[in-house]
Amino acid sequence: MKKVMMGNHAISYGATLSRVQVIAAYPITPQTQVVELLSEIVADQKLKAEFIKVESEHSAMAACIGASSAGARAFTATSAQGLALMHELLHWAAGARLPIVMANINRAMAPPWTIWSDQNDSLSQRDTGWMQFYCQSNQEVLDSVIIAYKVAEKVLMPVMIILDAFSLSHTYESVDIPDQALVDKYLPPFDYKYKLDVQNPHTYGGLTTPEWYMEFRIKMHEAMDQALVEIKKEAVAFKKVFGRYYDTVDPYMVDDAETVLVTSGTAASTARYAVDQLRAKGNKVGNLRMRVLRPFPFADVREQLKNAKKVIIVDRDISYGYHGIWAQEVKSALYGHSQVPVWNFIAGLGGRDIFPETFYDIIAQVGKKKKPDQELYWVEVKK
Amino acid sequence: MKPTLPLEELMSPGHLACQGCGAGIAMRTTMKAIGQDAIFTFPACCWTVIDGPFPYSCLEVPLLHMAFEATAATASGIKAAMDTLGKGKTTICGWAGDGGTFDIGLQALSGAAERNNDIFYFCYDNEAYMNTGIQRSGATPYGAWTTTTPVKHFKKEVKKSIDDIVAAHKVPYQATASVAYPEDLYKKLIKAKEIRGFKFIHILAPCPPGWKAKPEDTVKLARLAVQTGVFTVYEVENGKYLQTIKTPTRKPVLEYLKLQGRFKHLKENDVAEVQKLVDSRYAELEKRFSEK
Ligand SMILES: Cc1ncc(C[n+]2csc(CCOP(=O)(O)OP(=O)(O)O)c2C)c(N)n1
Ligand code: SF4
Ligand SMILES: [Mg+2]
Repeated sequence: MKKVMMGNHAISYGATLSRVQVIAAYPITPQTQVVELLSEIVADQKLKAEFIKVESEHSAMAACIGASSAGARAFTATSAQGLALMHELLHWAAGARLPIVMANINRAMAPPWTIWSDQNDSLSQRDTGWMQFYCQSNQEVLDSVIIAYKVAEKVLMPVMIILDAFSLSHTYESVDIPDQALVDKYLPPFDYKYKLDVQNPHTYGGLTTPEWYMEFRIKMHEAMDQALVEIKKEAVAFKKVFGRYYDTVDPYMVDDAETVLVTSGTAASTARYAVDQLRAKGNKVGNLRMRVLRPFPFADVREQLKNAKKVIIVDRDISYGYHGIWAQEVKSALYGHSQVPVWNFIAGLGGRDIFPETFYDIIAQVGKKKKPDQELYWVEVKK
Repeated sequence: MKPTLPLEELMSPGHLACQGCGAGIAMRTTMKAIGQDAIFTFPACCWTVIDGPFPYSCLEVPLLHMAFEATAATASGIKAAMDTLGKGKTTICGWAGDGGTFDIGLQALSGAAERNNDIFYFCYDNEAYMNTGIQRSGATPYGAWTTTTPVKHFKKEVKKSIDDIVAAHKVPYQATASVAYPEDLYKKLIKAKEIRGFKFIHILAPCPPGWKAKPEDTVKLARLAVQTGVFTVYEVENGKYLQTIKTPTRKPVLEYLKLQGRFKHLKENDVAEVQKLVDSRYAELEKRFSEK
């Protein structure tokens, strides 16, 4: 069934179709509609779930950790300050090997206060052990929630579904709501092997000496490696049932491109429009949309960028005193595998719009240069 | 003679508590009442260590170790899961120290109490952050030495009244208890198990290293705390206060203070100040006990 809906409601439908059993969430702009719709769905008993209206995001994640440890499919959604408040427990959820799924609406971090989009909030949670899937459309948002549970429950690591504030969260698009019976078949109920069980009591997370701590950590890393395999497997499996395909990266006119613009989130749609216009003028440009940050798809990135003469990474985030975060990631994947020069542009922080002109400007700045003459470039900044 | 408590132990020997640890006694008694159809969650506290290092545990129930400030929210999450999974009969317990309750965990505690989540929240109160080496908490009493309230600058603030804070949430059941009166605690828990909603149990649990007291004095101190009125043992059911260990004549606080090195520096006038504080708090509670 097709329905016109905002990105936030696509999350709620995705969670409902996934038959989540415990939801614990706290409101924050621009996430509120996610939990508003879910609370209505639960109250109407269209979803058999417990909704805990916690008093903070920290408690939201704590409740999800408790619920997931007890064997329930747990869900939450947040943004920016809320995500940062959860930070300690993001490590906890991953370290406890819990297949929790959370949606994060990308919102820039304060101060100064802002509610508009950039990716610094989720990207600065990179090393917490959460998978991160960045979405471009409301359809992808809904589908990704379902896929996220499938992958998370296979490898026992949590997943963050990420979408831009407003340009996706509040933008209405036509979305196909998959048939519940098909989703049930694709995502069967989950029986957590390590649940808190009075018939088979175990202690989880107790004090662990240096003798064993590293063994827990290598298992997490191996689970993430396996997650990459599962994500690619599920891309195929999901397409078979639902007809839509979501890989780790999403290339657009990359094969014969001399210059590849690397983006993530909704900036890709604009980049693709710009690519069409530039191509019409004979400029061989392509776009690679990064969909998965963790586990990082090294091989796919190298493969997609192998023919490029120039790579331009446009980051909607910044690691102060270094590069954009996506630039660090992509560069390190290329290092030792490719000689291609890489430019890094910072654009669209704090919700500043990224227009096709932004990309024309970037392409013009790179021009005929053989290699970058600065570590990074800021676009459209008032001096 | 008929034993006053079940003989079955759900806390096994081999745990890592110090000699004379009140927190150990508190758990042992609690387990006898709560039984095996229960799930516990602990924040960072002495009990993180007492339970035993990975892969050991001294408790015969499933146990989730959790972050320091998250006990009440975690227990709410476990309870919600058990309810949706059709296992709502299992008793869900958060078990935290005074630091994890009075201070860093207060927000989550307040949230769960306000939502009236059907869980037990236990606070074993040793009146300081013991796990990190005896720093003051909001539960540390006036006059006490800790490593962050050194003798020259002993604690000048009074103990935070966590019980009044919880009472302000109008929870269906709350009680205080002392490890010197295990039958009283046991009876309260057996009764509270039948009550749906948020249950708060505050247990005074002396800590020999933290109080600079003799391990063999733990029970004596826990009893003197009650007999002097330093710690009053009561329950509140739907707003009605009932003193369960009566103290018609109270001993002078000095008898309690003098057994503990943490109060050794107190001069006569300081002791008088402690006595005044205890008297005024006791009078406040007495009024509530006499309300019909
Ligand atoms: C967020 C956070 N801050 C600080 C700590 C360090 N810490 C661990 S236990 C503890 C004190 C616990 O005190 P209390 O709750 O009274 O329990 P006790 O150790 O006395 O049993 C502290 C400060 C921590 N684990 N997490
Ligand atoms: S420090 Fe105190 S509370 Fe902690 S284990 Fe030792 S006696 Fe018990
Ligand atoms: Mg303490």
